[in-house]
Amino acid sequence: MMKAIQYKAGKTGFGEGLVEAGRHNHNVIGLGADITTSVGMNFFAEAFPERFFSMGIAEQNCIGVAAGMALAGKIPVFSTYGVFAALRTADHIRISLCYNNLRVVIGGAHAGISVGPDGATHQALEDIAVMRVLPNMTVISPCDATQTRLATIAAIEQVKGPVYLRFGREPVPDFSSPDQLFTIGKGEMLRSGNDLTIIATGHLVWESLLAAEKLAADGISARVINLHTIKPVDEEIIVKAASETGLIITAEEHQIIGGLGSTVAEIVTRHHPVPVGMVGMNDHFGESGRPEELITIYGLNAAGICTKAYQFLNKKL
Amino acid sequence: MKKTESVTRLKEIALQIRTDVIESLASAGSGHLGGSLGLADVFTVLYFYRLTCKPAEPSWPQRDRLILSIGHVAPVLYAALANAGYFDRTELATLRKLDSRLQGHPGRDHGLPGLELSAGSLGQGISVAVGMALAAKSDAARWHTWCICGDGELQEGSVWEAAMAAAHHKLDNLTVIVDRNNLQIDGPTESVMALEPLADKWKSFGWNVMECNGNSVDELLDATDNSVIVPGKPTVIIAHTIMGCGIRSIEGNFRWHGKAPSKEEAMMFIDELNHRS
Repeated sequence: MMKAIQYKAGKTGFGEGLVEAGRHNHNVIGLGADITTSVGMNFFAEAFPERFFSMGIAEQNCIGVAAGMALAGKIPVFSTYGVFAALRTADHIRISLCYNNLRVVIGGAHAGISVGPDGATHQALEDIAVMRVLPNMTVISPCDATQTRLATIAAIEQVKGPVYLRFGREPVPDFSSPDQLFTIGKGEMLRSGNDLTIIATGHLVWESLLAAEKLAADGISARVINLHTIKPVDEEIIVKAASETGLIITAEEHQIIGGLGSTVAEIVTRHHPVPVGMVGMNDHFGESGRPEELITIYGLNAAGICTKAYQFLNKKL
Repeated sequence: MKKTESVTRLKEIALQIRTDVIESLASAGSGHLGGSLGLADVFTVLYFYRLTCKPAEPSWPQRDRLILSIGHVAPVLYAALANAGYFDRTELATLRKLDSRLQGHPGRDHGLPGLELSAGSLGQGISVAVGMALAAKSDAARWHTWCICGDGELQEGSVWEAAMAAAHHKLDNLTVIVDRNNLQIDGPTESVMALEPLADKWKSFGWNVMECNGNSVDELLDATDNSVIVPGKPTVIIAHTIMGCGIRSIEGNFRWHGKAPSKEEAMMFIDELNHRS
């Protein structure tokens, strides 16, 4: 596992996937809201200028325009920072996209606190919660750039309704295989283990693998699951983890209220109750700082996951 | 399949649509009578004269699209669709009832033929119409997109985002009709949140602006004529209407924005319609 790893930003994977999907299907349309380059959409705009439309800093209108295009047979992809893509537009997404159940992909860029110095206004930490509560919505949060590329293609080509796809800005380890079979709605067990299960999403999947290594050094066998699809969620892999390991630790760059932690807790309480320790933002806004500083302060890394695991090991069923 | 009914025939249809609106709302026991009656002439002219559409083939790809942004006047849309032949008029009596395809605000998930958009949250339909027109333009398709907005609805900021986008992308295949009845739930638009000078607002956003009496079939025929389209510009028709138009006792009364008539009132209103026509 620990071979030389390239670092790559999720937004680059999104941009590459969008171009690939655009090449496969001429109905794929790009909608930009001014920050085209910083969300990775510039690749598509350059490759298919006739299929890219600049919509300005007007996210609510973008959602409606995407809905209209989908009704006219296009597959629009709209991207801006997650804070605006998911939250400023929430009612437009609810009615124009979700109630109409339209085939539109929303790219939520700059996910998580690792956005860094821009501070709280630009760190998307509530987007999963708001998007996953909406009927008909699919929510995907890939673990690295390669998986983001494959998830983007899958979202555009396979999902018949609205999709919210979340990815980060910072270059992070790009460790997943380009040959992986990416299946929306199926969690991936990346490491087997029996003492506890770490279920993570986004970049924290990588940190969970590092945490599992550290725990192994202490003789603790941790299973690691990449839950790249938050909705529809893979209940089976979660219930199996609960029943076989008796303890779950969740890890996400998002509020634990309503995010991955809540998602997992909802399932285990319904089907196989076990303690769930949650690593994430604890009902708190972010702040300015270097990404690595913020990640450390808020414990959104391998060390934070290990600490949470030790806190909860004595509660294990 | 363009209908070329005479003005007299269109007026008869408008009367039937008004009657159906009153009956369906009385049957539902709740809903929005005022705006639905005020728009009866607009819907008549669109569905029975102006729109290129095939009621027997609601999903015909080359059809003109009509987006109703103000979902609360669904009763007039349903009455127009039923009279145009999209579904049987008897179904109008199911309005707002459990399992009905005629939801209180339009919902496509219930499968009503001819319904283009689920809508009801104000300020969104015009953006959807812009997206449709943009898609049609990028395909060099010939169909036209129509969108009906309320006047109070124009207080939603996203409407102006859409207005900017339509002009920026030169959508001359889009026509928005504003139902200018000057009223909203809290009272006159100009005291709730002033919209005037409304025509100047649209002009300054780069639109081709028309105004007409929205309760005159003759004026609507002229205002919606394709010849008024200006190449490279979206068109807005500010249709001056009377809320509750057709029933003297409720005309211009904002209290009838969100109210349904009782069974007795419905009989009185229909009686009045028949005597006035």
